[in-house]
Amino acid sequence: MKFIPIFLIVSIILNFNLLKADEIKTENKIAKNLRCLICQGQSVYDSDSEFAISLKLVIKNKIQQGLSEEQIYSFLKMKYGEWILYDPVFNRNTYFLWLLPILIFLAGGAIIIKRFYNKK
Amino acid sequence: MKSKFIPLILIFIFLITFVIFFKGLRNSNIYTPNTNLKKEVPLFELKSFENNSIIISEKIFEDNKYYLMNIWASWCIPCREEHKFLMKLKKDKRIELIGLNYKDNFKKASSFLKDLGNPYNIIVSDKDGTASIEWGAYGVPESFLVHQNKIIKRFIGPINNKDLLEIEKIIR
Repeated sequence: MKFIPIFLIVSIILNFNLLKADEIKTENKIAKNLRCLICQGQSVYDSDSEFAISLKLVIKNKIQQGLSEEQIYSFLKMKYGEWILYDPVFNRNTYFLWLLPILIFLAGGAIIIKRFYNKK
Repeated sequence: MKSKFIPLILIFIFLITFVIFFKGLRNSNIYTPNTNLKKEVPLFELKSFENNSIIISEKIFEDNKYYLMNIWASWCIPCREEHKFLMKLKKDKRIELIGLNYKDNFKKASSFLKDLGNPYNIIVSDKDGTASIEWGAYGVPESFLVHQNKIIKRFIGPINNKDLLEIEKIIR
């Protein structure tokens, strides 16, 4: 009978750790997807500049406040502009960037199919 | 037919690549953010620098005045350069200076103000730098010109004589 409370305590501690680990995981994921604006060429996750250290703290606080990943990205986009995100958004300036690989892929496919039929 | 087509495509691909690289490599890769933004002042609750009382942002910017919110730190060398311009600006009664002490040590910051003078009407302290992120700041020094609860202009880096003239032109 004594085991029940011990078991409960242990399971609560284990679950708590899991929750915390999840938080740290998303925190790191977000930081890796952000460009450090001071030390360009590095992500916020990699950087140890004052800016990046504060930004990591802000991300941590926002996660604890219950904001989702998307909400944090849009918050930072509002404050610092699209440049802070590594993943470029699909808009008028980036149509070419997003569509070019698909076009090249389709053109390649067309060439292969044409060759195949010509051989036949 | 086929032999004519392939060189044409190759030339076309080469031209596209050339144009992309030509334009891309000539672009400056140092990011400079837009400095003429009409953004709302972010809300914050920060501790006062002198005593530990809480200061709310709505209280600071409530008057119909111009405010210059300046992010500074005693460890920041460019802040020393801009300090004399802030002292000049202090004499202007149309503008109030708000200092945001960024990741600083109280003793060192106090002696910084003792040596160079205190241009600020209010100083709040941002111990962990999170309030500066709310302002969209990059680091120290950085200043935001605020009017009617809106950021009308931001100055990244130390304020110089040219910025000072610009501020005086806006608040006139």
